[in-house]
Amino acid sequence: MIGSFLRVAWHVMRKDLTVEVRSREVLFTTLFFAVSVVLVFSFAIVREGRAPDDVAAGILWVAISFAGTLAMGRTFERERYNDTLRALILAPADRPAIYMGKLLGLLLLMLLVEAVLLPLVALLFSAPILAFPVHLTLLLTAGTFGFCAVGTLFAAMLVRVRSRDTLLPVLLYPITIPVMIAGVRGTAALFQAAPDEPMARFWIGLLVFWDAVFVTLALWTFEPVMTE
Amino acid sequence: MRTLTTPFIVLSAGMLFVSPWIINAAPYESTMGLVQKVFYFHFPAAIMFLLAALICGVNSFRFLFFRKQSADGWALAAAELGLLFGALTLVTGPLWARKAWGVWWVWDPRLTSSLLLWMIFGAYVLLRQYGGPGSERLSAGMALFGMLNVPFIYYSVNVWRTLHPQTSVVPTLPTDMGIPLWFCFAAFSMLFTALLTLRATLEHQRVRVEALYLLEDEV
Amino acid sequence: MNRVTRVVRPIGRVGQWAQAVVQVMVLLIALAIPASVDATQPQPPKEFVPVDEVPPGEQIPAINLVAAAYGFVWLAVLGYVWSIARRLKTVETELADLESRRR
Repeated sequence: MIGSFLRVAWHVMRKDLTVEVRSREVLFTTLFFAVSVVLVFSFAIVREGRAPDDVAAGILWVAISFAGTLAMGRTFERERYNDTLRALILAPADRPAIYMGKLLGLLLLMLLVEAVLLPLVALLFSAPILAFPVHLTLLLTAGTFGFCAVGTLFAAMLVRVRSRDTLLPVLLYPITIPVMIAGVRGTAALFQAAPDEPMARFWIGLLVFWDAVFVTLALWTFEPVMTE
Repeated sequence: MRTLTTPFIVLSAGMLFVSPWIINAAPYESTMGLVQKVFYFHFPAAIMFLLAALICGVNSFRFLFFRKQSADGWALAAAELGLLFGALTLVTGPLWARKAWGVWWVWDPRLTSSLLLWMIFGAYVLLRQYGGPGSERLSAGMALFGMLNVPFIYYSVNVWRTLHPQTSVVPTLPTDMGIPLWFCFAAFSMLFTALLTLRATLEHQRVRVEALYLLEDEV
Repeated sequence: MNRVTRVVRPIGRVGQWAQAVVQVMVLLIALAIPASVDATQPQPPKEFVPVDEVPPGEQIPAINLVAAAYGFVWLAVLGYVWSIARRLKTVETELADLESRRR
């Protein structure tokens, strides 16, 4: 039962990654968009060649959230354009497993983007990313996972809706604010001159709980919402 | 509940009309003076706002998981009322805060989570308005996330900032402040119930009209 | 292709209950993590210290603020009631019209 769920999720994820590896379209566009966001915010905030303290974490997470929104929109747009979404829904597989597969595919994509974004932010703002690498990785993974969990559900919901491009951020951002708060505060705690490790651990714990609750809710909700 | 709607509207309108005199009769609060009187509208409005969130969440759940068609109308009505009473709360609050705290807005847990909840209601209504056919289910799904999220938002902002007065004022109010408060509370509750019923009825009838049009086309 | 179709198996009521139980247990375990970490955290300051003296040029008379607050409440509520009344009337005439046509 859990085995079949994981198998379907794995197949859906593999399909998404195969398509992405061949075209690399979403990866490159998302990556360059994220870098542009970091640059725009840097120009907006940096004054006299120096950035105010603590902006690195904020800018990083803003870039992640903007780029993530685009990436999830693009992934489902590709399904809609090729009409493969109907095939997915019609497939004799557990719908929540399909959701999981798409979520994992999106998560992997975003983690790749962040792998490039993090060193860039560290370079531009002299942030100590090597001080607590494990904590930082956990924080980014947990935060991105939570963001993508809600986003995958909403993007799937909106795929046939007319104003989906503007409605996705409108729906997504208010609901993922706790993730943003946790991510930014946790990252800021780690980027401080004297890193606050217990604080970071607290935010990571909160993120894990939040992720568990919302992935569970998404798994329950995916079926009734997508039955159209 | 339909039969109570008209008396509720009339009664609450009357009470709200009379309320400025009753509120004026209440004593001034020692530190804040006149501006504290905003409290008599601000507090009931905030409670109705939270009540709307609860009703929207519960009915979205019923609609999505128990397929109760009528629950969708109640959820939409609750969302619109959430926008209305939330706007009342978020406007009267800063007007009071400007005098009492010296600033229009602070990023403390209660204000921030109220603002976010209000935006979630806004997203719900926008989705219903511009989402096209099938948006009932989508918005119900979204409402579930939104309502479940409120305690999280509150908690995470709480760890981040803490500024709103901690102690609960209401149980310790003297009687001559308590009376106008409960008076306004009663008026707002009746208004809320009446408006909720009216709006839900409007939605149910609109759905029925659409169904009848479809039947006509078939014949 | 065959490997994918072999994946499907209906799970029945016992299976669904088991899934729900597993999910709840995962949630409870996940809750233990922030709960344990939170206990060790320093508490943030409780009281808000308001701005003591707003400079005279920036002060707004209280009556303006109170009047604005009550005025907004009145306008918003009346506006909404009017909007509902209007839409309700339209829908009800439409409904009556359609029902009479059906007969």
